[in-house]
Amino acid sequence: MARMKFLCDADRCIECNACVTACKNEHEVPWGINRRRVVTINDGKPGERSVSMACMHCTDAPCQAVCPVNAFYTTADGVVLHSKDICIGCGYCFYACPFGAPQYPRVGNFGTRGKMDKCTFCAGGPEADNTQAEYEKYGANRLAEGKLPLCAEMCSTKSLLAGDGEIIAQIYKERVVKRGYGSGAWGWKTAYRETITA
Amino acid sequence: MTALVARIRTLLGALALLALAAGPLPAAAQQPSSVDPTKSAVSEEQLLQQFKTIQGRGRIPDVKSYTLEQPAGRDWRHFHEVTLRWIGGIAILGMLALIIIFYLARGMVRIEAGRSGRSVVRFNAAERFIHWMTAACFIVLGLSGLNVTFGKLLLLPLMSPEGFTAWSEAAKYAHNYLSFPFTLGVVLIFLMWIAGNIPNSVDLAWLRRGGGLLKGDHPPAERFNAGQKLIYWIVVLGGGAVAASGYLLIFPFYGTTIETMQDAQMVHGVIAMLFVAAMIAHIYIGTIGMEGAFEAMSQGTVDLNWAKEHHSLWLETEAARTKFAPSQAQPRPTATTGR
Repeated sequence: MARMKFLCDADRCIECNACVTACKNEHEVPWGINRRRVVTINDGKPGERSVSMACMHCTDAPCQAVCPVNAFYTTADGVVLHSKDICIGCGYCFYACPFGAPQYPRVGNFGTRGKMDKCTFCAGGPEADNTQAEYEKYGANRLAEGKLPLCAEMCSTKSLLAGDGEIIAQIYKERVVKRGYGSGAWGWKTAYRETITA
Repeated sequence: MTALVARIRTLLGALALLALAAGPLPAAAQQPSSVDPTKSAVSEEQLLQQFKTIQGRGRIPDVKSYTLEQPAGRDWRHFHEVTLRWIGGIAILGMLALIIIFYLARGMVRIEAGRSGRSVVRFNAAERFIHWMTAACFIVLGLSGLNVTFGKLLLLPLMSPEGFTAWSEAAKYAHNYLSFPFTLGVVLIFLMWIAGNIPNSVDLAWLRRGGGLLKGDHPPAERFNAGQKLIYWIVVLGGGAVAASGYLLIFPFYGTTIETMQDAQMVHGVIAMLFVAAMIAHIYIGTIGMEGAFEAMSQGTVDLNWAKEHHSLWLETEAARTKFAPSQAQPRPTATTGR
């Protein structure tokens, strides 16, 4: 069984935001919610660096641990999903998430955030695969169709990799060896408690 | 003539180009086979050593999303899933155990002289209303709050996931909206009972005799004894702290960041657990722990002999104020036959 992971090769990210756009379009994500975003560190200064970030589908996910109603579950592929029927919109997953992945449809005074929304690794939710009900709540289920997440598929520089952790780590290692440098897999230590050394 | 000048100019130009091209050639040959174009760029490891979060800039209006990483979320998780449960479990179960042991050893504190049949007004209608408004809110807030920490361990196995979600969502709204009457109640309690709750020398003497709880004697006390003053200050200060930290959480990202909200939640959780434990003791002594105590807050009056035993100094001042003679009160057989 594969262990699905994201890997952003920050040396290749050109901050084109195609991953963000692809995600919003593929899943018809509502206004105000961004399942994926690109963050630029030291923007406009020497040493600037852009990283595309979404839910990292952590090993032993903190959101899943803190959820007071157990709305989360991890699939056999290691994808962290949640049920919007179970979610009560308390916001605890946002406190716990190291990557700011959980999003809410409203600002949320008095706890009226609404049902949490986050990246599903293009794997839908607990509903039957590729049904209308699943699409409306969680977006497309590309994994069930044998396809990988669209953000990574669309990446113009192939900076963002999505797929089995071992395979994408191998691709990244080969790149680093060939070009002679690499800033590491951003977020891997926090999400998976491991790093890639080439 | 002009043709000659043009030819010379072309030749000079070609020579200059040749010189330019030939110049850098040896230098290029010395360059390394690969260059790290991002050598000066920040690294994740270095940023995480320097800061608690990695901040950047995004292209969407949601400024919260400009935080790339906040590994502190994992520490907060440990607090919420492990530390808070231990604190709450020890405080609440410990208090329950202490009370059961105390009840088994000491039993209900009786009115030693029996009921006199005469009563004294202890709390007027306004005081009782404010007390019960705050108390009712506290019970709902306490249970709905404990549900967030312990619900999925204790209740979820007994319910369907959908049923537990329906209950937890209702509990969440109750928790948020009942915080307002609760906070109002805490403020009113602070104002209406502050006069009787300033610690003084009588409290020291009362405490030195263990409040009479252990030996069964009756140290003198004013309107509120040292134990009640302690409850008062727990309600005022603890209630103030849970209200302040709670309102930070009810209005997310109004002057707060994810870090201050994590801190506010930790303060809120720990104080609330201790608050619940303290209120269990308060409920015990106000109901089954002491004969004649509950009617003070239900009917507003207490038996004269109860007042004499537990609040002797208060009864004296009340007697002087209302001009009746408590010392002449005798236990009436008619009043005690019912028990």
